[in-house]
Amino acid sequence: MNSETNKTNQYSQIRAMLALTKASLTALFRNPSAVVFNILFPLIFIIVFGFISGGSFTIDLAIDSSSDKNNPVIESLSQIKTINIVKDKSDEEIKKELSKGRIDGLIKVTKNPSGNPEFVAELKTTSASPERGAILKMMMAQVIDKQNLAKNSGSSSFAELKEQIVEGRKFKTIDFILPGQLGFSLLSAGVFGTAFIFISLRQTLVIKRFFATPVKKINIIIGECLSRLTFSMMSSIIIIAIGALFFGFTLVNGFATFVNMLILSAIALVVFLGFGFVVSGIAKNESSVPAIANLITLPQFLLAGTFFPISNFPEWLQPVSKALPLTYLNQSLREISFEGATILDVLPDIAILLAWGVIVYAIAVKVFKWE
Amino acid sequence: MDLKKIIEVKDLVKKYGDFTAVNGISFDVKEGEIFGLLGPNGAGKTTTLEIMETLRDKTSGEVLIDGLAVDKDSNEIKSIIGVQLQAAGYYPNLYLVELLELFGGLYNVDIDTDEMLGMVDLKDKAKSKYKDLSGGQKQRFSICTTLINNPKIIFLDEPTTGLDPQARRNLWELVIKIRANGTTVMLTTHYMDEAEYLCDRVGIIDKGRIITIDSPDNLIDKLIKDGFTKKREQKLASLEDVFLNLTGHELRDE
Repeated sequence: MNSETNKTNQYSQIRAMLALTKASLTALFRNPSAVVFNILFPLIFIIVFGFISGGSFTIDLAIDSSSDKNNPVIESLSQIKTINIVKDKSDEEIKKELSKGRIDGLIKVTKNPSGNPEFVAELKTTSASPERGAILKMMMAQVIDKQNLAKNSGSSSFAELKEQIVEGRKFKTIDFILPGQLGFSLLSAGVFGTAFIFISLRQTLVIKRFFATPVKKINIIIGECLSRLTFSMMSSIIIIAIGALFFGFTLVNGFATFVNMLILSAIALVVFLGFGFVVSGIAKNESSVPAIANLITLPQFLLAGTFFPISNFPEWLQPVSKALPLTYLNQSLREISFEGATILDVLPDIAILLAWGVIVYAIAVKVFKWE
Repeated sequence: MDLKKIIEVKDLVKKYGDFTAVNGISFDVKEGEIFGLLGPNGAGKTTTLEIMETLRDKTSGEVLIDGLAVDKDSNEIKSIIGVQLQAAGYYPNLYLVELLELFGGLYNVDIDTDEMLGMVDLKDKAKSKYKDLSGGQKQRFSICTTLINNPKIIFLDEPTTGLDPQARRNLWELVIKIRANGTTVMLTTHYMDEAEYLCDRVGIIDKGRIITIDSPDNLIDKLIKDGFTKKREQKLASLEDVFLNLTGHELRDE
């Protein structure tokens, strides 16, 4: 009797849990759909978007606050369809966005104190967006030439063009697409992964057989989650590495950025696993999983800024986008990868993700079924 | 010699709402015995077994497994029993050897997977998946997983249902071999020939109540003494004997 009590005291729940993690991970790697959905799919999207430059061509031009705003130069420029005049931004914001290439140029037209030429037009472009900067410069030169000709007074000209290039990083399509794909890959891994496995383990009585061993119920769940987490971290590493090595994905601070992205991915996956538990509790059988799971993933796939910035959506749709957890993952992944933010800088985004986590796990505890 | 009681069930009751699945049953199983619970489908066999396996709560009564109460010491009980469930599956996409390692981890024991599989004649199936096994092989593997923690008692729920005569005989021999190693075996079945061949004692259960408990021999003798005669004269061989004589005892589908 005594030796038995000793034996049970020595029983290690951790060992049991890790055995389960190992088994689950082995099974996961042997399951082609897990590999296809978590690694191949995002990579295909990255490759497709990596090669085609997206959408219509516009040049974002800001006007300096000290500029003469009703000047004919600015008026002519704003009539050009390709040029989008950026409004309602402070000088500080403009400066920041210029260095990131989100704004392609900044223009300032002022009266020349010496009178000849009448105005001086200063154009700031950015090395973050060199092609658009060059086009902008050409357009401005044309506009000024026209004004000069129109004035037609020989020696005195209307305006003179001065140009300055601001140093900045180039924001490439891949820098937008990759974080979005990574985010979506984590969401689908979390939701589909746990939903299917727990329903299948429940229906085939695999879980019941586990209950006949001394492992605690909670450790069955933790073991499964650990395996999903390991698998997703591996796929995240592969996606980021391939993006950085072959498609010029920007990791501003190199390895540190990479590590920050992985930490954020891990936090997000744990939240998303909760959605999977809810689905496995609600779904009657395996065949009803995809419908319910898609209900959770598809709207986020479309509305959470996976493919397009949410600012592109009509205004009435934006509050919806801003309520979705994936929005905050995508947003903070981009801030980390391109703007060099750390986990601490994106805490507000993480807080919203975690708030979703609390809600989802509260529901999961209510609806989760063991048998 | 009076053997130690390793399982004690007293006035066990299990209710599901208004339905009483187990209605006050009592029996003991002695150490080293093969004890069978017999009964038609829905008699309460599986429910009784699952309460003993600590997988289901009882409504009232007392169940002691090696002196441990099922409602208090379930984890201690789990580590000294082996459980084969009716129709249970195994973790998908894993090989038998990996499944055994998983259970080794779950029971916290180091096992020699080769030896374990050898014991149930599945050594050459180490790299197969459970779903690719034949019916008999599946049951043998299930029994193999019950032996991982070197248990004092194993519980087998209808272990031969759906098997062909060769596979059944083969499984019977396996059960006898396990008992020979000192393990107590508690099983359910609705095959009377199986109970007669395997069990030292049987309890016949119907509608949640135990009707009688004794050794198969005694039960038959009692019935004959009461004046029972078969409608047809019993021959020295049965149709199953004919079948096995014609098709041999070797296992099929292996």
